Amino acid sequence: MHNFDFVKPASLDEAVKALSAEGAQALSGGQTLMPTMKQRLAAPDVLVSLTGIAALKGVSGRAGASVTVGAATPHAVVAAEARAFYPALAALAGGIGDPAVRNRGTIGGSLANNDPAACYPAAVLASGATITTSRRDIAADDYFQGLFSTALEEGEIITGVTFPIPQKAAYVKFNQPASRFALTGVFVAKYADGVRVAVTGASNNGVFRWSDAEAALSADFSAGALAGLTVDDSEMIADLHGSAAYRANLVKVLTGRAVAAA
Amino acid sequence: MTKVSMTVNGKAVSAEAEGRTLLSAYLREGLGLTGTHVGCDTSQCGACVVHVDGKAVKSCTVFAMDVAGASVTTIEGMANPDGSLGVIQQAFQDHHGLQCGFCTPGMVMSSAALLAANPHPTEAEVRHGLEGNICRCTGYHNIVKAVLAASGQTVAAE
Amino acid sequence: MPKDHGIGASSKRREDVRFLTGKGVYTDDLALHGQTYAVFVRSTVAHGRIKAINTANAAAMPGVLAVFTGEDFKDVGGNPAGWLINSRDGTPMREPKRPVLAHGKVRHVGDAYAAVVAETYNQAKDAAQQLADDTDIEELPAIIDMKAAAADASNRVHDEIPDNLCFDWGWIEDNRATVEEVFRTAPHVTTLELVNNRLVPNAMEPRASIGEYFPGTGDYKLTTTSQNPHLTRLLVAAFVMGIPENKLTVVAPDVGGGFGSKIYHYGEEALVLAAAKKLARPVRWTAERSESFLSDAHGRDHVTKIELACEKDGTFLAFRTETYANVGAYLSNFSTATPTFLHGTLMAGPYKVPNVYVNVKTVFTNTAPVDAYRGAGRPEATFSLERVIDKMCRELGLDAFEVRRKNFLTPDQFPYTTPVGLVYDTGNYQATLEKAIEMADVAGFGARVAASKARGKLRGLGLSTWIEACGIAPSHLVGVLGSRVGLYDAATVRVNATGNISVMVGAHSHGQGHETVFAQIVAEKLGIPESSVEIVHGDTSKIPFGMGSYGSRSLAVCGTAMTKAVDKIVAKGKKIAAHMLEASEGDITFEDGKFSVAGTDKAKTFGEIAFSAYVPHNYPLETLEPGLEETAFYDPANFTYPAGAYLCEVEVDEGTGKVDVVAFHCADDFGNVMNPMIVEGQVHGGVGQGIGQALCESTTYDETGQLLTGSYMDYAMPRADDVPFYNVDYSCQTPCTHNPLGVKGCGEAGAIGSPPAVVNAVIDALHRGGHTHVTHIDMPVSPNRVWQAING
Repeated sequence: MHNFDFVKPASLDEAVKALSAEGAQALSGGQTLMPTMKQRLAAPDVLVSLTGIAALKGVSGRAGASVTVGAATPHAVVAAEARAFYPALAALAGGIGDPAVRNRGTIGGSLANNDPAACYPAAVLASGATITTSRRDIAADDYFQGLFSTALEEGEIITGVTFPIPQKAAYVKFNQPASRFALTGVFVAKYADGVRVAVTGASNNGVFRWSDAEAALSADFSAGALAGLTVDDSEMIADLHGSAAYRANLVKVLTGRAVAAA
Repeated sequence: MTKVSMTVNGKAVSAEAEGRTLLSAYLREGLGLTGTHVGCDTSQCGACVVHVDGKAVKSCTVFAMDVAGASVTTIEGMANPDGSLGVIQQAFQDHHGLQCGFCTPGMVMSSAALLAANPHPTEAEVRHGLEGNICRCTGYHNIVKAVLAASGQTVAAE
Repeated sequence: MPKDHGIGASSKRREDVRFLTGKGVYTDDLALHGQTYAVFVRSTVAHGRIKAINTANAAAMPGVLAVFTGEDFKDVGGNPAGWLINSRDGTPMREPKRPVLAHGKVRHVGDAYAAVVAETYNQAKDAAQQLADDTDIEELPAIIDMKAAAADASNRVHDEIPDNLCFDWGWIEDNRATVEEVFRTAPHVTTLELVNNRLVPNAMEPRASIGEYFPGTGDYKLTTTSQNPHLTRLLVAAFVMGIPENKLTVVAPDVGGGFGSKIYHYGEEALVLAAAKKLARPVRWTAERSESFLSDAHGRDHVTKIELACEKDGTFLAFRTETYANVGAYLSNFSTATPTFLHGTLMAGPYKVPNVYVNVKTVFTNTAPVDAYRGAGRPEATFSLERVIDKMCRELGLDAFEVRRKNFLTPDQFPYTTPVGLVYDTGNYQATLEKAIEMADVAGFGARVAASKARGKLRGLGLSTWIEACGIAPSHLVGVLGSRVGLYDAATVRVNATGNISVMVGAHSHGQGHETVFAQIVAEKLGIPESSVEIVHGDTSKIPFGMGSYGSRSLAVCGTAMTKAVDKIVAKGKKIAAHMLEASEGDITFEDGKFSVAGTDKAKTFGEIAFSAYVPHNYPLETLEPGLEETAFYDPANFTYPAGAYLCEVEVDEGTGKVDVVAFHCADDFGNVMNPMIVEGQVHGGVGQGIGQALCESTTYDETGQLLTGSYMDYAMPRADDVPFYNVDYSCQTPCTHNPLGVKGCGEAGAIGSPPAVVNAVIDALHRGGHTHVTHIDMPVSPNRVWQAING
């Protein structure tokens, strides 16, 4: 790993300032960034830890309305504290990685990185959540822009994510057997104005909404409603863990299971 | 190099570190606490698990400077004050929950965190709770038995 | 009441205390005064010609102490293959030199062609990157597919080997014509083409080595992650570096698992010694996990066509195989023995099949070297046999249990000479099969199928009955077969003046628990507490000699040497006792730690005899040397033949293709069992690795020779939540007839017997679910492959 200057600001303002330096990069839980740095695929000059900023941590919400998760909140805390507000979100957080990873990894880090196999993007997109940054609010539908690509600008820091709470929801993940990331994961959320279905792990374009399923499930929220649908596999990831056709199959199978579990 | 201070196994310590110094390296090379092992470079194997402020973390995926001032517990801090094996350590020995011993420190630390959060886990909860720790020797059988036994439960499996 | 002490007791492991408290000392845990750090520069292409290496920039970087390239080692020896195999036509195998650092060409991704030594690890790492940037390698087409490699003479891993073949071996060549005739006339022939998937052993401790040189004496010391420090000393000193063996000490301290991958000598060990001499400072190297993936010897990697000729009732008439075995880019030390004498000789299984012919073509490719991995050849043989038998049973509508019963050798047939050259000394395969059936409640399987179905899952039951040859190995036999070493072992029993004992053994424990089990045996035989016995291993300066631990040999071979040394101690003790008790030697008996004059109450304790040996005031000095220390070397008379029956139950999720092992039953015959707890643990671990091979472990190179599964992000190994509790039994015991402990070995069994049981269970589940078109799925039987098989 190349060396760097390590700074750990105590406030968001200080963090924003630190990140304006040449070659600066934000560090949240580090569970993805650090392995990348070990491979020398990332080599920041300054690493700005966000874990010391109290304002970025915690879970708060209003039952039945919304829940807001601070960007630097570890997955384990979300798993415990979001359960009362949004059980499907809490369950997703409790299934990321492994316990030690969940004690360090954060929602902000996951969303800023936007790994195509990460779990959180599915929850954020399926929930139509709002990503709040040091500069603005970004709607989930505008935020995800393909593999490892987001609407975040240089130096912009995610501060929190607000999820409207659905009537019913569930996330079903099929693990990639080695990394334990999602080979495919489907988050289904039923709101008063319709159903949203977001798929992670499957597409070359990153997390996406399966609109055919959303339409079918909005009319009839049952696994059977998916029976006639097919998933186009032309944009699906094909790798040694699964062909494109296999992933397309998983999208449909897991969506059905998520509906059943919701 | 900067002096980084923290509390390790109840003692105030400090050692030189760079920005890139991992907590695992800080413990092993800075403090000579070589019980914490490094078995991979992708944060998967769990041999390096220690507790930071009571939470299990992979010390190869934490910068030492990021936990300056924290309270860290390593495998060297898990025995009873009189030096005898702690309950989990003793259960690992009693149930042959280790062979080569390399993954063992991480297994014990993850098991301790698991039992702290869930004192009477089911077999499935133990297995799920240890999914971030790879063991190549035991097939996990006796590790799971040891953790269940350490929780005070009778172990069904022979 | 089970024993709590000595042979047969589940004594708790003494080594556990240091491992559980963080006080184990593995190679990388050592910190030496003045130590320096080596980092290797490894090829990023699978095949290339080294045009130029400019070391100047790297050498000038901060902290850099030395830079080495292949040029520095071109005049020292190569790392040799331990077995010479002849081809069917009698020509010897091709043996290209395996240099310390690649010279001229790089032959696999990860092939080290240079090394940098610096004051700190990061300085060495930075300089290694600089050196890589300053190296010009002309990339050549990669040779990855074995059959293509053997067919194409234009592209060569080694320029001097036109067809990339190491050898084309027939076993037994004289059987070939007869076997062909049987196949021509057989009432039924089942054919199966299969892959025995390439595996990365993945001991959790990465390889590490520290070289030291002491200018005052000219002595070297190598501390390294080895399963057999003496063999490493022999190879690095005599064959590679030209160091006299008496000037090199090799120490393998606590070693975090081996599974075969740490048997072999690797170039890194030679490099740290050479660098230590050059710098007169300790030079250390520890592999990153990604380096381990690229440079550790891999395992398995066979592509096999197996045919079974039989009667319509399932009576076996003949087996015939054609196997392509990958040796990778260079011959690792046991790489030529693994696909031949550890594989072909097992192709009769536990069956009374009269005709067997095995053909193995070993092929050089631009991949990491392939060598023995837990089981080594025997898992490949077992998988081929048990899969083709299962396929035959389905083709003919026969019961898999009945077919085994019909074809098993029976207990009255031993000793039995197989058509592939082994002499099985004893066994009872029926007993283990019936035991497994009882353990698995096969009678209740139908109800479990229905319960799984109610949960939306297909359930299947898979059987594997296996045998292995271990306790490696009789030197006279392996010498005939091409081994360049003997495979005896040695032990010294040193009784100290105060009666406690140090036992120096040639076996090496890297998880097996020798420190506990070997002490149990000595304690039992001498009638003293286990705590009085210390087992010393892993240091060539302390131990007479030894061939190390692999091939389930430690107890059967080294344990026997130790037993024989103890016998010598007792024999000498009787002489001393006879003198002290004024009796004739023939009247002295030894029992429960006491030397007694038969028929009297005159006796001396073991401690009294030991004291007398070192304080020989009343001692037969004119006829007997003082002291009480004995060494024995033991060369086994035969292999040992553990065997067993494994039953696996799986559930298959048709929607995702995911297979869950829900039950696993092992009925093994290991002969006598010294420590049941440890034996069970060995089986658990082997089965865990076997399930890994069957379901998730895949080593995949792309067509350019890049390793796609080069980290734990892509190489899947079982986690705790991927496996069940295993049901293990070892009560069927036919003790080995030719070693005094009656032991056979248990370390590899689980990895040998389990993969076909898992795959057979998956096929069974699919058939029960109506997917009868699926006759085989190659390992790893991943969700993707199962789903494709169902929907293909």
